[in-house]
Amino acid sequence: MEGTGKKNNVSYARWGYIFIFPFFAAFLIFQLIPLVSTIYYSFFEYYRSGLKVIGPNPVGLANYKAIFESDFLKYMGNTIILWLLGFVPQIFFSLLLAAWFTDLRLRIHGKQFFKVVIYMPNLIMASAFAMLFFALFSDNGPVNSFLISAGILDHPFRFLSTVWGARGLVALMNFLMWFGNTTILLMAAVMGINPALFEAAELDGCSHLQIFFKITLPMIRPILIYVLITSMLGGLQMFDVPQILTNGKGSPDRTVTTIIMYLNNHLYSKNYGMAGAVSVVLFIICAVLCIGVYFSMNGDDSLVRSRRKKRGGA
Amino acid sequence: MKESNERSGLGFTIFVHVVLIFLAFLCLFFFYILLINSTRNHAMIQKGFSFIPGKSFMINLKNVLADANIPVVSGIKNSLIVSGCSAALATYFSAMTAYGIYAYDFKMKKPAFIFIMLILSMPTQVSALGFVQLVTKMNMINTLWPLFLPSIAAPAVFYFMYSYMQSSLPLELVEAARMDGCGEFRTFNRIVLPIMKPAMAVQAIFSFVTSWNTYFIPALVISQNKKKTLPILIASLRSADFLKFDMGKVYMLITIAIVPIIIVYLILSRYIVDGVTLGGVKE
Repeated sequence: MEGTGKKNNVSYARWGYIFIFPFFAAFLIFQLIPLVSTIYYSFFEYYRSGLKVIGPNPVGLANYKAIFESDFLKYMGNTIILWLLGFVPQIFFSLLLAAWFTDLRLRIHGKQFFKVVIYMPNLIMASAFAMLFFALFSDNGPVNSFLISAGILDHPFRFLSTVWGARGLVALMNFLMWFGNTTILLMAAVMGINPALFEAAELDGCSHLQIFFKITLPMIRPILIYVLITSMLGGLQMFDVPQILTNGKGSPDRTVTTIIMYLNNHLYSKNYGMAGAVSVVLFIICAVLCIGVYFSMNGDDSLVRSRRKKRGGA
Repeated sequence: MKESNERSGLGFTIFVHVVLIFLAFLCLFFFYILLINSTRNHAMIQKGFSFIPGKSFMINLKNVLADANIPVVSGIKNSLIVSGCSAALATYFSAMTAYGIYAYDFKMKKPAFIFIMLILSMPTQVSALGFVQLVTKMNMINTLWPLFLPSIAAPAVFYFMYSYMQSSLPLELVEAARMDGCGEFRTFNRIVLPIMKPAMAVQAIFSFVTSWNTYFIPALVISQNKKKTLPILIASLRSADFLKFDMGKVYMLITIAIVPIIIVYLILSRYIVDGVTLGGVKE
């Protein structure tokens, strides 16, 4: 822009507005107005009882009180547990793989092959993936028949009827879908570190572990924070996998029901007041996290350019 | 260098490969069973697991396509329309927005940028209630429009385009076009977009895939059978009485939903994997 004279700037300014107009118009119509009306409905009693529509009658904060008296906190707990179960192995293996893939002293055969394979599950339709797991891990599905014929089990393990079996499957799917993506992000961050740092450390006789903990980790801290926050946002949105795996029931005993599944139930039963209140609580949490994302990206300009998709999964 | 290579040690190198092979196995194994089972008929699948493919691939495919309860053909068509339009809208309008903020000086430039960055990761679920109500009021329930029109405002795609412009679009080029009397829209369409091709291609693929896989909002907007997209069909398969189903058909439907994406991915994998971080390449 330096080349442009001040006069030019003034005369071209309106083009800036013209070019960004469609984006902001679409945002206003499809996101902002819906958000405002969502907040608005959260203060109303507004639901369907049989064929009768009750409300909308203003009820102040009653919906908020009602959700906190319902199982909202339990579902929040479920969501956090499911997220953590997937995220911990995800960050562990991603760090490990990123360190290995970028280590010049290590000769990895088929590096490109491994990168392509571990990223692949990220592109898989989560609902189809969940359906696949449901079929594979059902009581008489291929996994059980394999384990029995291999002599590991003598009767089928009922994955989907035990709390930790069902949670474990959701976590496994989330892990598989996201660790490749995180690995590639972290690799880019590690490759952005000045190689002179590693060379100096090697000359000083540092070990792999020392280099990893004293140089790599501190240098990629900003992107780690970014990964953590975006993964929390992804975790909060977790829906497709547990919904399809448990057919929306969150079974056994709603221990796999996530916040969005709870929201979805209210939307389907057309309890708009309650759905609104859940949405607003979710919005507040997400807003805080979004501010975190914003600062984590501005913290180090050279880093996060990647695109982390905004859909469900940890 | 050679010395340090030896320092890594053979044992450690083997360990690394074992871990990598294990993870790659985990990623591939389930899809392998999927492919195998899609070639076997119901009776064979019920009998137990096998590593060898059967001969029923075409029969399963025919059965799925012929099933009146799961309109797969229209499902594929709807998914293609929605994903194609989403990809086109998201890439074109994001590039346009990014160009507006990158190339012009105006008062709201900075606030507009900060605003988009703040909503970068905001989930659409938080406004789903209002969205469904709006769509109802606009008489667009059970149409495909609400599934792709919102893609015009895609903050993540915008950010990618913006970063790419910073690294690859010199403003002198825009200046030169102006000198030649090229109009602003013409400059954008004829000069900027061709430069943005690599970024547009990568983002088109990502937007397509994201939209192809989306389930939450479409399931709230679409209830009519012939308007359903593939993820909704899969969900309806799950909620149907599962045990009555021909498992060959179940695996085939999952294959139809997943495999085209995997094939495209494998063909373009190099660009896609690089594309995950492409916007960040700054010379």
